[in-house]
Amino acid sequence: MNYDAVIVGAGHNGLVAACYLARAGQKVCVVEKNDWIGGAAVSRELYPGFTYSNCSYVASLFRPEIMRDLELPKFGLQILPYEGGAVFMENGDYLGMHRDHDANRREFARHSKRDAEAYDRYSRDVLRHCRFIRPMLLRTAPDPSSFRPRDLSELAWLGKQMFGLSEAAMYDMIRFWTMSISDFLDEYFEHPTVKAYQAVASIIGTALGPMSPGTAYVLLHHAMGDVDGNVGAWGFARGGMGSITKALKASLEAAGGEVRAGNGIEKILIKNGRAIGVAMENGDEVHGKRVVSNMDVKRTFLKHVDEGELPGDFVKRVKAFKIRGSSGKLNIALDKAPVFTALPPNSPHMKGDMHFTDSIEKMERAYDDWKAGHYSADPFQDMMIPTMIDPTMTPPGKHFMSCFVQYAPPKVEGQDWTDADRDGFAKACLDQIEKYAPGFKNSILHVEVRTPRELEKEVGLTEGNIFQGELTFDQLLFNRPVPGCAQYRSPIKDLWICGSSTHPGGGVMGAPGRNAASEILRDLRAPTKDMSEAYAVL
Amino acid sequence: MNVMRNSDPRLHYLTPLKQTPFHPRTAAENRLNDWGPWAGYTTALSFGDTAMEHSAIRNGASVYDLCPMVKYRVTGRDAAAYLDRLTVRNASKLSVGGVHYTIWCDDAGKVIDDGTLFRLGQTDYRICCQERHLPWLLDSAIGFEVYIREETEDVAALSLQGPCAWSVLNAAGFDVADLKPFRMRSFPFDGGELMISRTGFTGDLGYELWTTPAHAIALWDHLFAAGAPWGIRPIGTHALDIARIEAGFIITNMDFIPVDQAVREDRARSPFELGLEWMVDFDKGHFTGRRALLKEKVNKSSKWALVGLDIDGNVSVEGSIIYHNGKTEVGTVTAACWSPSAKRNVALAQIRRPYHETGNLFVEVYALRELQYAKLMLPARMCERPFFAPPRRRATPPGPF
Repeated sequence: MNYDAVIVGAGHNGLVAACYLARAGQKVCVVEKNDWIGGAAVSRELYPGFTYSNCSYVASLFRPEIMRDLELPKFGLQILPYEGGAVFMENGDYLGMHRDHDANRREFARHSKRDAEAYDRYSRDVLRHCRFIRPMLLRTAPDPSSFRPRDLSELAWLGKQMFGLSEAAMYDMIRFWTMSISDFLDEYFEHPTVKAYQAVASIIGTALGPMSPGTAYVLLHHAMGDVDGNVGAWGFARGGMGSITKALKASLEAAGGEVRAGNGIEKILIKNGRAIGVAMENGDEVHGKRVVSNMDVKRTFLKHVDEGELPGDFVKRVKAFKIRGSSGKLNIALDKAPVFTALPPNSPHMKGDMHFTDSIEKMERAYDDWKAGHYSADPFQDMMIPTMIDPTMTPPGKHFMSCFVQYAPPKVEGQDWTDADRDGFAKACLDQIEKYAPGFKNSILHVEVRTPRELEKEVGLTEGNIFQGELTFDQLLFNRPVPGCAQYRSPIKDLWICGSSTHPGGGVMGAPGRNAASEILRDLRAPTKDMSEAYAVL
Repeated sequence: MNVMRNSDPRLHYLTPLKQTPFHPRTAAENRLNDWGPWAGYTTALSFGDTAMEHSAIRNGASVYDLCPMVKYRVTGRDAAAYLDRLTVRNASKLSVGGVHYTIWCDDAGKVIDDGTLFRLGQTDYRICCQERHLPWLLDSAIGFEVYIREETEDVAALSLQGPCAWSVLNAAGFDVADLKPFRMRSFPFDGGELMISRTGFTGDLGYELWTTPAHAIALWDHLFAAGAPWGIRPIGTHALDIARIEAGFIITNMDFIPVDQAVREDRARSPFELGLEWMVDFDKGHFTGRRALLKEKVNKSSKWALVGLDIDGNVSVEGSIIYHNGKTEVGTVTAACWSPSAKRNVALAQIRRPYHETGNLFVEVYALRELQYAKLMLPARMCERPFFAPPRRRATPPGPF
């Protein structure tokens, strides 16, 4: 059997690419090393009756164009917006979040009257940046060194976007893309906890602290998504994040595509400078006219391609690509809902994202530990209880808690993580929660602890970096993953990359997979009638 | 639960829309439970019959609950100098006991908000406006000895408007016969103080009454008792909206987008583009936005004009697109109504220059009649605002109109 395309890795981007190719009439096969599919958009039942979101845990970035093109609702996908959220404060109070504008303003005013009235201008400015970046998500970045007509016209388009801005807005934009989130927030807010809440989105998945330049852009990366047009809003995938990849798999199979799980690849087969298929761990070979890798750029080229097949300069750049692990994850099955002493009874805040880091300084201290090669003693956690909204993930009355944790270094003081390190890391997180919700630990039924070690081993993310490479300005657009290689192609003919290492980057967005499929179909001169252009930003 | 709501400030989210101090009275009067949110408060859109409520504004006496209006108090030695710097009008020239309509701009000369400025004392002012601006007001205060306090919830206010408004106040025991437009005066009331200003948003004879929440209910009851012979009635926002369009008044976030909320940069407007250039005082010294506005004036670089339109026929034209020559899109209607007082079909509109001078304008209307649209292209003419301006609005002393 010779496929038109062999896709390596059944993560969301691999499946999105596969779906589009299959719908365009291509014979595709997705190979997956794990017995289950999903990559980092995965839901497994690790405790009887409890479905987890084992890696990614919230949705906003997943492009609505893709959901519609691939008919994912028909195949079971439901995205549920969530509400609430809170930062628990050292002093026993909390800062709550509300979808209602007036409730939100009053809550901010409890802490700072000025900040309460600063929020409109802040959200205007963030939204302005979002409007600028959103149209770029479903476009291939132009190669600025190329003189091909398409690159020139895309560059011209990019220039037009840029020069459509006023002079002042252009300065703001350039500052914003390069500055630290801490400096950015100082321009709007005064209260440490207000700033700490806003800073969350700018450090997640990033081996930088809130005071590091470049983190303001990461905020944008988390704010540019939407739930049904509500830009910046986040939601849950009903049934866990694995529902996204389950729906993609069903959509793929309906279009005639194939998924083979439970067998990883040994190497990508290259003959006469062209990729011709993959050699599997069990000795099988799967042949295809092209290979599309959903693996990150380092894993693809440094682990599964013979270095000799690649230009030395390319290998050097791939080695230098920043993909540092910074985070871990605790997935917890709970016998009952925790009671946070700060919150009023029946508080809506538990339906959203909860944090224990009430100042930028505390967040930066957690990062200091990472720099020293330790997991954070007082970690930053993005904690969610999706079962406050989603009734399908646990038995009634029980809960699933997802704790995203920073910082966790890829190695502990230069050494590989040990089980003792892992347990110490988990203890720091659980102790922190217990401090704000006494008795919480007694209600734990099961905990899955994932350090960068587990993320790399199970999910295949190099160093456990959730974005397949940091989202700093030097690694974006035509520089992602490496200059000259930003159009989903590689130095090897017929070897393509479609994961989050490529433009526009990480998060459960699907855009890299969709864009890669678009480029493949363009090369094939095949019609892309089932692929929508990005919705217009009015 | 109610006790808890009152005692625990964290539980504000259970009632995200606050009730004004007059709510016990407005709730009792609101026969259709027709409420809408305004600046974080529950406010009456109508009390049961918008046409009758509008009629009260032009025939007798109407009462509108003004409490949600955002209010800032500006005090301190440099209060006048600060406001001269902040706003485009001359706040120093405003005498104590006076009120003026004003706007403030950002450094690029784009309008942030409009409002009324009350000079309560030599170094004591109140700003009343639609949107919230505390960070801007505080940042603008750098270098001035001035204190700025947000006092929205500390003030309870009613607007008493209509030809019989003076008669009602007279019967209520407040002598305001010689109170000229844009002047205010204080009276003892209910053991506290009542400030009455001859201001309003209807373009008619009218007053605004300001006290503290503790005296709100007493004020309401006193006014309604005194006003009964003149058919005093509460009005909702719908009726007021018709009156303000007739008067040609604009509202922030309805007729223009304040620059600090404008996500799309090109939505910001200068005073010239809103027909407010008359209030810009270039001679008073520097103020925020002055350089940009002077440049705009000299270069005649304004891009938009806010105008009044008189439209053929009697079909109201809310939200319509305006065309020049029936073909070229040149603007948008921001507010419109059939004016019961002027018996004209009127609108406020933003028009791209120079089409505000060319004439030959048309308004495209889709009139829904029993589930089918009549598509109309109605000729429209620019005209002076206000559309309705009865002489009684300025008469001093006012008569028993």
